Amino acid sequence: MKWKIPSLLAASVLFALLFSDCQDNPYKQGEILYTNYCASCHMDDGTGLQGNIPPLANADYLKTDQDKLACITRYGMVGEVMVNGETYNNVMPGVPELSAFEITNVINYINHAWGNDYGLAKYDEVKAALEQCDAPVGSAQ
Amino acid sequence: MRWIADTLIAFTLLIVGVAACDSDPEPLPVLNKRVEVEGQMQPQRIPEFTFINQDSQLVTRETFAGKAYVADFFFTSCPTICPIMTRNMLKIYRQFEEEERLLLLSHTIDPGRDSVGQLHRYAENIGVSSGKWHFVTGQKDSLYAIADDYFNVVVEDPTLPGGYDHSGRLVLIDTAGHIRAYCNGTNDEEVQQFIKDIQRLLHEMENSEPAGS
Repeated sequence: MKWKIPSLLAASVLFALLFSDCQDNPYKQGEILYTNYCASCHMDDGTGLQGNIPPLANADYLKTDQDKLACITRYGMVGEVMVNGETYNNVMPGVPELSAFEITNVINYINHAWGNDYGLAKYDEVKAALEQCDAPVGSAQ
Repeated sequence: MRWIADTLIAFTLLIVGVAACDSDPEPLPVLNKRVEVEGQMQPQRIPEFTFINQDSQLVTRETFAGKAYVADFFFTSCPTICPIMTRNMLKIYRQFEEEERLLLLSHTIDPGRDSVGQLHRYAENIGVSSGKWHFVTGQKDSLYAIADDYFNVVVEDPTLPGGYDHSGRLVLIDTAGHIRAYCNGTNDEEVQQFIKDIQRLLHEMENSEPAGS
């Protein structure tokens, strides 16, 4: 019986660690995908590049145009876009290789990173939105 | 008598401190390969070039006469390493905005798409002055050849996002056309060190003739 208490302790510590890790970052896959596919332009801190690449951190566009994010992520974007009062006009390439599930996770990471609080995107909504688009957002369809 | 010892120690520390401040930092090395010129081994210089900047002005080696400059290679539609390189170039620009002895030079490696107009728009969007930061285009062959002289590798590869493979080095060139430092333009820590190297070179320019001239 000597080992029982220590092992119980160890188990609960382990559980606490795992639990707290998940609590710290519920958007792990989204974060990894963001780092791999988005951060080189929008930057790790979501601030973009002055005048050329719009920010995602504290961006009013994210609040007002949540319904477009899935299509933008998959097919990219062309033409002018106004973000936080500044106009941007460069081509954004899409990331066609991401599944609807992965896009949901990326959106949810972006919606909650850097102080953002733009709510949770649901997989069903993202999937439905993706069925409605097949070209960069902003292009004549 | 304790105070005498204390004063002595404090005084010694002061002297050592002042001496350390006074002594010049080690000059940056000249990194170019040495080649034989008129029978003497000398470090290679950046060769003559003629490019055109975002204001349709010619940019040549003369543009940088008497100045140090930071050079890099990018293209405006680059979806991979360029935005972060440009952001770090912008950091250098801001830090040395009032420093007349330092200029910046960004070469496009995509002259097909990066016209003078496109470069103008890009520079204007970032909000930088064309007298300080030249975004240049030119003959593709000349751009690719000079990338090599600036320790950068540029290769067209249609299979990659954006269509080019290129190294993201920021390179520091002195008034003699020699490379004195470089860094990976996507690595914040290396860029911090590079900024210190720029300060060292400017300090050296204040105090002596450029090395190797």
